[in-house]
Amino acid sequence: MDSTILITVIMLGVLAATLAVVLYIVAQKFKVVEDERIGETENILPGANCGGCGYTGCHAFAEALVNADDIAAMFCPVGGNATMVKIAEYLNKKVETKDSAIAVVRCAGSCENRSRVNEFDGAVSCAVMAATYSGDTDCSYGCLGRGDCVSVCNFGAIYINGETMLPEVDEDKCTACGACVKACPKLIIELRKKGTKSRRIYVSCVNKDKGAVARKACKTACIGCAACRKACGFESILIENFLAYIDPNKCRLCRKCVEVCPTGSIVELNFPPRKPKVEIQEQKTNNLNSENATN
Amino acid sequence: MIKTFKKGGVHPPENKISRNAALEQLKPDGIVKIFTSQHIGAPAECIVAKGDQVKVGQLIAEANGFVSANVHSSVSGTVLGIENVADYQGIKKPAICIQVEGDEWEENIDRSPEINRDLSKTSEEILAKITEAGLVGLGGATFPTHVKLTIPKGKTAKAIIINGAECEPYLTSDHRIMLEKGEELLVGVQLLKKAVNVDKAYIGIETNKQDAIDNLTKLSKKYSGIEIVSLKPKYPQGGEKQLIKSITGLEVPDRALPIETGCIVSNICTTFAVYEAVQKNKPLFENSITVTGKNLKVQKNFIVRVGTPLSKLIEAAGGMPQNTGKIISGGPMMGRAISNTDAPTLKGSGAVLFITAAEAKRGTKSNCIRCSKCVVACPIGLQPFLLYKLAELNMLEELKENSVHACIECGCCLYTCPANLPLVDYIRLGKTRAMKLIVKPK
Repeated sequence: MDSTILITVIMLGVLAATLAVVLYIVAQKFKVVEDERIGETENILPGANCGGCGYTGCHAFAEALVNADDIAAMFCPVGGNATMVKIAEYLNKKVETKDSAIAVVRCAGSCENRSRVNEFDGAVSCAVMAATYSGDTDCSYGCLGRGDCVSVCNFGAIYINGETMLPEVDEDKCTACGACVKACPKLIIELRKKGTKSRRIYVSCVNKDKGAVARKACKTACIGCAACRKACGFESILIENFLAYIDPNKCRLCRKCVEVCPTGSIVELNFPPRKPKVEIQEQKTNNLNSENATN
Repeated sequence: MIKTFKKGGVHPPENKISRNAALEQLKPDGIVKIFTSQHIGAPAECIVAKGDQVKVGQLIAEANGFVSANVHSSVSGTVLGIENVADYQGIKKPAICIQVEGDEWEENIDRSPEINRDLSKTSEEILAKITEAGLVGLGGATFPTHVKLTIPKGKTAKAIIINGAECEPYLTSDHRIMLEKGEELLVGVQLLKKAVNVDKAYIGIETNKQDAIDNLTKLSKKYSGIEIVSLKPKYPQGGEKQLIKSITGLEVPDRALPIETGCIVSNICTTFAVYEAVQKNKPLFENSITVTGKNLKVQKNFIVRVGTPLSKLIEAAGGMPQNTGKIISGGPMMGRAISNTDAPTLKGSGAVLFITAAEAKRGTKSNCIRCSKCVVACPIGLQPFLLYKLAELNMLEELKENSVHACIECGCCLYTCPANLPLVDYIRLGKTRAMKLIVKPK
């Protein structure tokens, strides 16, 4: 009786010891050595795994950061400059600070501005709809409103406004990862420079039809009349295919184009309310004076 | 013996309510708009300019490369210019706009009603005529006919199969051609046989068109090597691969062309157009279009000049019926909804169908319970429920592995789905996206 227990204990003990040795040898032999900096870098990254950097996730991006000689072109849109500076310090590499960006929806074709001419009853997806036909309004460029951008957003930063049926971006949540830009089949969403105090001016239309056709389809369409280009003192407005585009790098946020646009397709965001006309005049002269002074 | 294919398929209510309406010419007037791209392949290049006078049948856009087709004027008059015109899906494409003035035809077109039975032309001559006439497959795919009839090196054709199945509900234009233009059709078949050097031709017709079967059987006694095959009505029998399977029992391998089985399939309307192009020198500028619908005042089978606005066809059939829920270009299974009735007709237009509001409404979507009805219905042997899910999740590699490229978008799966899932919507999207992966590595 005693010997049975003893034999069992010895047998199992020997077996355990042998297996432990085997496991140890195998573990040593097939050990994967990963640069420990990768793990550390990953810890600095926000861990959103959104793919906004162009890699499959934060781990892949961390690996790329560690292995690359020059990381100036790499950027984590979620973490922004602060994260990149931290990583650069840790890895002893150089980064360039970038202007922070934000997604803007370049369509103002709300139900009111752009009447629906037919009804789409297929699958609720912009991609399916765009592959089927030109859309449920006369504008074949505008937003389809089925929310593909909403479903791809990892941060809950874009939502469909129930009244206008157009997507709207939540400025505090948007990280400029670019997922919505890729998801939109009509290429309406653009990543734009966030601007000082989040002030932005952009053309909220992508219709390339002739003015009359575009205007007929939507009240706030850009008709390519070039009034904004004439008003702009900084040559920041390009007009191509009857469509204006404001270059964010040249735009000085003077808001003159917004005032002259006959269809109201140029949108200004986060500006303080305009002062009454007289004061504007004064301010203009002041501005001119100060410009002259700087020149 | 009545034949059919085994795998999958459905049999929706036939609704061939326009079957007794004789073919009717629709006179052109106003402005016609002719797209330079009405076929698969490169768009044709426009060779007329604003202000030019054109005649009926005059070449106005030249084929651009081998896989492309000539486009001819369908009317006589003045060219108003080349504009971007919205097609029936609202998508803008360049089109040649012509103001109709009179009806003056090119001199070399034979307009006499006599049937030209002369079969002395050589295979090359026939092919040249077909290329010149800008013929495309009129079954819906609009693949240039001369490309289809050019047999790849190392392959031999054994038989021509003429597709008279017309398995889509509502459509009757092929049926009317078989009844009214039977003799011309059979000459067309002989010409096709000669063009590809084969002695055997089959004409497959579903038994719901018994009068067409009788008519062609009677007429075909005069011609050697034409066999009329009765087919059991079943959708999608008119699909190329299904028709070959039904008639010859041969299976076209995955990712292969029908020529692998030695068969070349041609549509009824295309065959009739071959007759007109070769024997009458008449390019493809008009085609037969069924205008039908349960609430429509009069059912019509028109012969329409290419480029006529759809609204004119609708007007000629008594106007749009009340409580129309959807207008479809083509049949109810594979046709696409028309969102713009000002759009011009195309070479490949086959029907304008009015569906009532009640019929047009899709059922409420619910969850897939893996009942596998779609798998049973799929004539290709795919798993639609799986492809649907993969396409929704944009899993392109997996779509590729599950042969999404083989889908013919026939809609049998959607027709049988008890959960009303938008299967074809997503599979079509997934197919387009995955095809980019499949084609790239070459």
